[in-house]
Amino acid sequence: MKLMEYQGKELFRRVGIPTPRGVHATRAEDVRAFVDANPGSWVIKSQVMMGGRGKAGGIKFAENGAEAEAFARELLGKVLVNAQNPDGEAVRSLLIEEKVAIASEAYASITIDRAAKKPVAIVTSQGGMDVEEVAESHPDAISKLWIDPAIGFQPFEARRLAFAAKLPVGYHKAFPKVMGGLYALFMEYGANLVEINPLVLTASAEVIASDAKVELDDNGLYKHPELAAWRSDGPADEDQAAAVAIGLGMSNYAKLDGNIGVIANGAGLGMGTMDAIRNAGGAAANFLDIGGGAQAELVKKSYALVTSDPKVRAMFINIFGGITRGDQVARGIVEALAGDDLRKVPLVVRLTGTNEKEGREILAAAGMTPVETMDEGAQRAVALAKG
Amino acid sequence: MAIFLDKNSKVIVQGITGREGLFHTQRMLAYGTNVVGGVTPGKGGTKIESGQPVFNTVKDAVDATGATHTIVFVPPPFAADALYEAYDAGIALAVAITEGIPAHDMLKVVATTSSMRIIGPNCPGLVSPGKALVGIMPGHVFREGRVGMISRSGTLTYEIVDMLTKSGLGQSTCVGIGGDPIIGTTFVDCLRAFANDPETDAVVVCGEIGGSDEEDAAAFIKEHLPNKPVVAFVGGRSAPKGKRLGHAGAIISGNFGTPESKLAAFAAAGVPVADRPSEIPNLVKERLSVRA
Repeated sequence: MKLMEYQGKELFRRVGIPTPRGVHATRAEDVRAFVDANPGSWVIKSQVMMGGRGKAGGIKFAENGAEAEAFARELLGKVLVNAQNPDGEAVRSLLIEEKVAIASEAYASITIDRAAKKPVAIVTSQGGMDVEEVAESHPDAISKLWIDPAIGFQPFEARRLAFAAKLPVGYHKAFPKVMGGLYALFMEYGANLVEINPLVLTASAEVIASDAKVELDDNGLYKHPELAAWRSDGPADEDQAAAVAIGLGMSNYAKLDGNIGVIANGAGLGMGTMDAIRNAGGAAANFLDIGGGAQAELVKKSYALVTSDPKVRAMFINIFGGITRGDQVARGIVEALAGDDLRKVPLVVRLTGTNEKEGREILAAAGMTPVETMDEGAQRAVALAKG
Repeated sequence: MAIFLDKNSKVIVQGITGREGLFHTQRMLAYGTNVVGGVTPGKGGTKIESGQPVFNTVKDAVDATGATHTIVFVPPPFAADALYEAYDAGIALAVAITEGIPAHDMLKVVATTSSMRIIGPNCPGLVSPGKALVGIMPGHVFREGRVGMISRSGTLTYEIVDMLTKSGLGQSTCVGIGGDPIIGTTFVDCLRAFANDPETDAVVVCGEIGGSDEEDAAAFIKEHLPNKPVVAFVGGRSAPKGKRLGHAGAIISGNFGTPESKLAAFAAAGVPVADRPSEIPNLVKERLSVRA
C-alpha cells in the first residue's frame, strides 16, 4: 500500500521524525480557517500518488487566508497531468504546511535489498532531485549502508552515512535520530520503502522531513488495522479491487491488452501461459493466478471476472496441480458454464497434476476434453480467438 | 546424495492436523518421505490416521523422533514464530510453504537463524526424486535421475519437470525457492550445492521477471560452474512494465528486472535460454552431449 504524503508524515511523527507544522484538509473553507488563525507563509500541497506534482501545478504558495482558500478551490478536484502521468490523477485532499527557509536539501531512504536479504539505507547530500538521476550522474554522491536486522540500526551507522555522504555539518546532530526513526518506521510498519526527499536543513538550523514517501508491504498490514482506512484514500486500482472482491490476492489479477483470457494456478505458470500465447501468435487479455489450493467456487468467480472484460474472445485455463486439486478446478469450470448468468467464450482447458484423473472425469461428464500440453492449449486458444 | 534432502531425512510437519498440512502429509508419506510426526499445539499425544504422532512443540517432536527437516504449513501471522521454533529445536532444514508472510518478519528470521537452511517461503518445497519429497509438488511428475532443477515458481517447475521426465531426463533434486522478496535459499545457494553434488550432471534454472536473482545466478555460473551444463528459462517475458503479476517479486519497474537484462546475463555466462518450456529437454541433452 502506497501512502499519501500526509499519511507518511503522520507515521513520521509517530516515530519522532520532525515534519513541518501543518494540517490536512479536504475543504477550501477549512484551509481558509486554518490560515486565518495561523498567519504566515503557507504551502498548499496536492495529495496525490503520482510523481512530479510540482511541475503539474499541484503546489501553491499562499501569504494569507484568502489566497489559500482560492488556491484550495482551484486544486481540489483538479486532475494533475504531466509527461510521466498523461492520464493524470485527481486531487482529493491538500496538505497545508509552513514554508521553511531552506539552507540545504539532502535525501535519505531505507528499502529492502532482496539480494542481500537486508534493509539498505541510502543517503545523498543532493536532495530535492530524482535519486535515480543522481545515481546516474553522480554515483559517488550516493552512500549506502546495509543494516543487520538482528542488531537493528545504530547511531554510529547514521554518523558513518552522514560523513560518507558529506552532509553539511548542520545535519550531524539531528541525523541519527532521523535515521533511527526511519528504520523504526520501516520495521514496525513493514515498509517496502521509506523515503525523505528532501530532508531539509532550515536557515534556523532545524532538520525537517519536507516530503514523505512510504510504501507498506500488504502482507504486514494486518498488524496495523488502524491503517486500513487509509487504503481507500489512494487512486483506485480496478484490477486489484476486482481480485480482492472475489477472494484473490490483490496482485493475482491484471488486465492486459490482448483478447485471450487466462486462468492459471501459480504466478509462474500464469506468466508462462501468457508467454505461450504470445509464442503462438496471440496476446493474453489478462493475468490471473487462482493461487494454491483454489476451491471450485473461486474458479467459477475467476471465470466470471475474466469474461467480464468485453475484449475477451477465448479463454485458456491452464492448471498444473500441486496444492491445487484438479477435481476442484473441474467442478468450478462446470459450474461456471452451467447457468446462463455468465458470458460464455470458446474455452480451452489443460488440466494435469494433483487429482488429474478425478478432474478429467468431471470434465468428461460435461462433454469437455482437456488438451495435453500448454503449447497445444495456447495454439488452440489463439485459433479460437481468431475464429 | 542429491542436495538438501535424501531418503534418510527425518521430516516433521508443522501444522500437521490442518486441512492442507494433513492432505500433503499423506501425499508425502505415499511418496516415500520419512515423515516421523508433526506439530499442532494442543493436540500433542494424539496420532493422525496413518499413525504418525502429533506433538505440542517442535522440541518435543525433535526429542522424540530425531527429526532434521520440517515443513511449515501454518498461517502467515504465525509462520515466523514457527520458523524460530524450528531453529530453536535444532532443525537443519525448514521448508516454508506459507504464502503471505510479511517481508519484515522474514528479514528478521533469515538474519537470526543462519545455521538452519530455509527453503521459501511461498514455495512448493523440494524433492529428491525416488528418495523423498518435502513439499506440495505432485510426486508423479518427477523421476530419479541426474538433472538438478531450481525455480522461483511452483507450477512452472511441474511443467518443466514433466517434460524432462517424459523425454527421459530424470532429476537429482528439484528446489522451488519461492516467489517472495525475502527468501531463505537463493538460486546461488542451490547452484553452489549442485556444483558439489556428484549425482547432478546438469542444472535447469527457471526464473522470472523482476528482481536480480537470475543475474546473480548467471554471474555465479560463469565463475563457479564451468563444468556443469546449465539451461535457463525466464517466465513473464511478454509481461508489460509496472504490472505486478502474482509473485510479490515479479514486476518490471523502470529498467530493473527486465527480461532483456536477464537474457543478457545468461548469454554472458554461456547459458542457453529456452523460449518455451518444451524446448528445455533438448537444450539439456545438447549441452550434455557437447560435454561428453
